Amino acid sequence: MTTACKGFLDEQFLQLEELQDDANPNFVEEVVTLYYRDSARLILNIEQALERNPLDFNKLDSLMHQFKGSSSSIGAKKVKAECTLFREYCRAGNGEGCIRTFQQLKKEYATLKKKLEAYFQLARQVGPAETACRPK
Amino acid sequence: MSIAADSKFHVLAVDDSLIDRKLIERLLKISSFQVTTVDSGSKALEFLGLHEDDQSNPEKPSVSPNNHQEVEVNLIITDYCMPGMSGYDLLKKIKESSSLRNIPVVIMSSENVPSRITRCLQEGAEEFFLKPVQLSDLNRLKPHMMKTKVKTQNQESNEIQLVEKSEIQSQLQQQQPQSPLSPTPPQQQQPPNNNKRKAMEEGLSPDRTRPRYNDITTVV
Repeated sequence: MTTACKGFLDEQFLQLEELQDDANPNFVEEVVTLYYRDSARLILNIEQALERNPLDFNKLDSLMHQFKGSSSSIGAKKVKAECTLFREYCRAGNGEGCIRTFQQLKKEYATLKKKLEAYFQLARQVGPAETACRPK
Repeated sequence: MSIAADSKFHVLAVDDSLIDRKLIERLLKISSFQVTTVDSGSKALEFLGLHEDDQSNPEKPSVSPNNHQEVEVNLIITDYCMPGMSGYDLLKKIKESSSLRNIPVVIMSSENVPSRITRCLQEGAEEFFLKPVQLSDLNRLKPHMMKTKVKTQNQESNEIQLVEKSEIQSQLQQQQPQSPLSPTPPQQQQPPNNNKRKAMEEGLSPDRTRPRYNDITTVV
């Protein structure tokens, strides 16, 4: 399962695993579930904001700041990188760049979700210690 | 309930992000802190017993922070970027409050902006953590909380024991500068008799002692 970690998730995800223990066995999954919920809301809001004419770059930047924050908190490295790029386009007032980057972001996010779902399935079968990105 | 609470430091964590609140709560609990989380600066102030229209009254002596709080808070850790009241605004309000300004405040931010960090530290923040916050960051918190706890205990015990302490000191005939709260002027440090004791008690007027509290509360 280390391939799930490489590239998509960074050390922050390992930190989350470290915060999990027998008393809090579902901590990682709880955090990730919150992340899915938060992300779904943000993606919807960003989509709506991207449909406006003219684009409100401040609003877009603010939404993406939140998305970047939560992605960073769970270690979603690639999604976070797209958020950063998106914000650069916002600051440059480049609407096309924003839209393009957002499409890429959604792809990365979808891939991440699949990886995480596989991770949790495996964790349920063999136990989190075996699944952990870093051997305990 | 409050007895158990006394043995652990109590941290108030402020963050508008649900994920980050969950994370910081877990980090703090693992570090053996008692935790309360709120999602905004105004809720934090409410919890601390300070309402936004409250002005800190300079006439009013600042004694123990527990005057205004229902629960003792030993440290406040807050996100910088929040809608409405930012972490910086919250920091300012806390430092402007005579009842809260002794509580150490730590700022967290996902953005590494040197001018932001400087501004917060200048305003009185003890530390500035970059997000995502790590367990190792939290190890730096205990010393800041120890300072406050000791100070608070000193204030409380001094309040209660003021009279007794002065009596003991006069009996020991000490010249120690130890207790700055001792109101005994040099000439009274003689073998005690009832007259002297009375003089000392009379010396313990609020006017004399209160200013000393203020001295202590401003020492960091």
